[in-house]
Amino acid sequence: MPEVRSEIWVIAEQHGGQVLPASLELLAKARELAAEPGWSLAAVLLGQGLQDLARELLTYGVDEVLLAQHELLTEWQTPAQVKALAQLAGEHKPQVILAGATASGVDLAPRLAARLKTGLSAHCVDLEFDDRGGLFAVVPGWGGSIMAKISCPTARPQMATVLPGVFAPAQAGEAKGQVIELAVDLSPDDLGYKVLEKVEVPPAQSALDGAEVVVAGGWGLGNEKDWQLLPELAQALGGAVGSTRPPVDEGWAQENQMIGTSGRSVSPKLYIGVALSGNAHHLVGIKNPGLMVGINKDPQAAIFDHCDLGLVGEAGEILPALLEELRD
Amino acid sequence: MKIVVCLKPVPDPKDWGKLKLDPETKTLVRTGVGTVINPLDKHALEAALVLRDELGGSVLVVSMAPPDAGPVLKEALAMGADEAYLLSDRAFAGSDTLGTAHVLASAIEALGGSDVILCGDETIDGGTAQVSAQVAEFLGLPNLMHVSHIQAQAEGPFVVHSQVEQGHLVVEIAPPLVLSVVKELNTPRYVTMMDILDAEEKPLVTWDNEQVCAGESCVGLADSPTQMADLFAPPKKKQAEMLPGTPREQARELAGRLRRLGFC
Repeated sequence: MPEVRSEIWVIAEQHGGQVLPASLELLAKARELAAEPGWSLAAVLLGQGLQDLARELLTYGVDEVLLAQHELLTEWQTPAQVKALAQLAGEHKPQVILAGATASGVDLAPRLAARLKTGLSAHCVDLEFDDRGGLFAVVPGWGGSIMAKISCPTARPQMATVLPGVFAPAQAGEAKGQVIELAVDLSPDDLGYKVLEKVEVPPAQSALDGAEVVVAGGWGLGNEKDWQLLPELAQALGGAVGSTRPPVDEGWAQENQMIGTSGRSVSPKLYIGVALSGNAHHLVGIKNPGLMVGINKDPQAAIFDHCDLGLVGEAGEILPALLEELRD
Repeated sequence: MKIVVCLKPVPDPKDWGKLKLDPETKTLVRTGVGTVINPLDKHALEAALVLRDELGGSVLVVSMAPPDAGPVLKEALAMGADEAYLLSDRAFAGSDTLGTAHVLASAIEALGGSDVILCGDETIDGGTAQVSAQVAEFLGLPNLMHVSHIQAQAEGPFVVHSQVEQGHLVVEIAPPLVLSVVKELNTPRYVTMMDILDAEEKPLVTWDNEQVCAGESCVGLADSPTQMADLFAPPKKKQAEMLPGTPREQARELAGRLRRLGFC
């Protein structure tokens, strides 16, 4: 059995030979984390015909690339990935396994954690170690108004999924470390289901693409009538309307207006967040903004901790007044 | 066809502003905060009702929750579920997702298993989105998440759409199975007064650990692998300059600044 030294494993999620940005972001953060306990870092790459990609991953600051190749891993199929990773983790006993909170990652990680009978923190926005390699995962809860720090005191490996877009991706540099090929044992029964087709849906066009002014609203607007104040304000400022998830669920806003984790990213020169809490799932979609303005009836709302200017009051009162003032 | 839906009662998002952190005990104070069915779980229940009406069978809802969660399960019965099981025991309190999934999976086994298990893709409170995959793992069943379309038949595999980053997979998957659903799947039905009256006649059963038989070590606060090390208010990235005055005065000040900055 080849010797694996790495205590921290980052799952390098690849589809069709392309590693997802979320995995490269995790590699960068894991590299920084590994310094404290003085641990080694591995990217774990599963698939078929991936020798070149494995060598390329050596340029992202890892000590090892653990490469497991099998024809049943050619297309990503979570049950087979879980079985392969459980075998590798069972044999080599890493201290930490990290995965991106991607569509596949959020399915893979909990199944793997349950099979390994260990703890998993989901959708983390930050990770830190204590000096003995105890992992603390920071997780937003209840609309981002409260953060929880989750530990996994005794079970190993410690596992976490991290929201895409939270950390800056690792940059390619000089290749270091080594590729270690590991064998996994899989049978066709391990696939669990059969993928008949992958339907690619190009992202719908959105007025948010390239918008210099974004007026985003949240659940707190309370009804569709008040929601209609947002397009008026956006029009007055020559901008586009964005949304958090609840208004999309309510049917006030369209899917392609959602900003954040499972929505769009925007980089406006002016962002106005109306009656929204300031949830990390939303804020992660606002990249390098200019002026940030928050409007919320709750002076303690988390959105004010991310804004330059804050207005406290009912959106139904402030927005009509603002529209009048802007027209004067 | 036997269909089980896993439901979670969650704090009503309309009341999130009332959630407070007790700095002493590091616990959430939920005074005045209402409880509702997790929104995506209603889509799971709707999918279950449609499957039952197409293919025959019954819909059972299970929920691991405190004893006062009865009204939430009543609502599920009013929507059309046939039976409801409230899994409630002090031994379950404080379970993390692994413990919760273990309790749910044990209860489903105690119910004699299920052809189809449906869950919402994630909850709006904890939002870990881990329980459906872990229930599947404990029961040794295949699962799919992010399900936006289900084409079922009485015999043979289902065809299911599972959303991925840029599109969806079309997947053939045979029962018994676990699916967690997204809101694009359907529109949950409204409940009428008649439905609420009908629900009174339906069984709402409370099971403790003895009935659930979840005698494993990962259940409950002390035995959950993950622990809450700390709860805290998010660090302030910025300190917003709060504009003073009435809504009108604040609006006037903001309009003036936006004009000076050239935004209008």
